[in-house]
Amino acid sequence: MVTAVTNFGRSGVADWLVQRVGGVILLLWLCFAGAILLGNPDLGYQEWKAVFEATWVRIFSLAALLSLAAHAWVGLWCTLTDYITPRLIGAHANLLRGVLVLVCIATLFIYVVWGIQIIWGI
Amino acid sequence: MLQVSLYRYNPETDSEPFMQDLEVDTGGRDLMVLDVLEMIKASDPSVTFRRSCREGVCGSDGVNMNGKNGLACITPLSETVRNNKLVVRPLPGLPVVRDLVVDLELFYQQYEKIEPYLQNHNPAPAIERLQSPEERAKLDGLYECILCACCSTSCPSFWWNPERFIGPAGLLQSYRFLADSRDTATEERLAKLDDPYSVFRCHGIQNCVSVCPKGLNPTQAIGKVRNLLLQRAT
Ligand code: SF4
Ligand code: SF4
Ligand code: FES
Repeated sequence: MVTAVTNFGRSGVADWLVQRVGGVILLLWLCFAGAILLGNPDLGYQEWKAVFEATWVRIFSLAALLSLAAHAWVGLWCTLTDYITPRLIGAHANLLRGVLVLVCIATLFIYVVWGIQIIWGI
Repeated sequence: MLQVSLYRYNPETDSEPFMQDLEVDTGGRDLMVLDVLEMIKASDPSVTFRRSCREGVCGSDGVNMNGKNGLACITPLSETVRNNKLVVRPLPGLPVVRDLVVDLELFYQQYEKIEPYLQNHNPAPAIERLQSPEERAKLDGLYECILCACCSTSCPSFWWNPERFIGPAGLLQSYRFLADSRDTATEERLAKLDDPYSVFRCHGIQNCVSVCPKGLNPTQAIGKVRNLLLQRAT
């Protein structure tokens, strides 16, 4: 079995499930947000704020945010391990990929923390 | 005269591969690509390719013809030639040994990984392990694979990770044994596939399906392996 330390998912199945389940949550959230936007043409900050006052909306939004981050992580890790490899670009690939993996993790982490601030700050 | 562009590379004399332009007189007949290669070889014996059965059974003459992988022996010119031009290259993604001959070591290593033989932990019966016609039917569309490598060498995921992704040919054979009612090593087989590379590098692009000269559907078999892995995990 091929293992990789930089892969958080326990297995290929876990990664795959995270992407599918996360995809469904994201779709539901987009429908929810889209319905609010379309249903209230003159939506202002006050109305938007009122929606996000409800705890379930915040939890739902947090789930969508985490799904997005997880989805992006699996996709990026997959892409990096496809294209940034010694086979394709030479001996320095593993170091370069390590750096890019860290950049991805840091970026996603910042987005998640920032996103939480926004969701609970509206 | 058919215009042929042939990939040539002899690592002992050529510093790099090149395309050789040739003209072949087919006499207007709809020959197989292998016939054309044989005609070229008759005038230039240094042209190198693999072949054996010349009827789509042995799987040794997989090549890339006008951008599409297939068996030269059962690909008629009318199916591949456009504007009177035939471009023949080796199967993509693998090291070239010489001209159209590629090194299939990585392909066979992946095949070896899936343990392509029947495993049964129960004591052998006196005569044979029986299968009902329904159980036997589950192997249709799987056992016919001739390991020509056309599918795996058309798969981008296999190009990028041939050491780690089993590839369509290996996975089709993997499912052939998972689906076999006489095989009792299902759990062990699945445990070896449950990593992010072996199965899950397949993104369903279906290049494999479009090239298989035996009309098999590796993507479908991969989907079934994935379902078995999901059932096992949940
Ligand atoms: S599945 Fe088809 S293309 Fe792939 S190795 Fe088998 S016969 Fe060849
Ligand atoms: S469907 Fe999967 S195995 Fe077939 S070519 Fe695409 S990625 Fe490769
Ligand atoms: S020569 Fe045997 S398959 Fe083409």
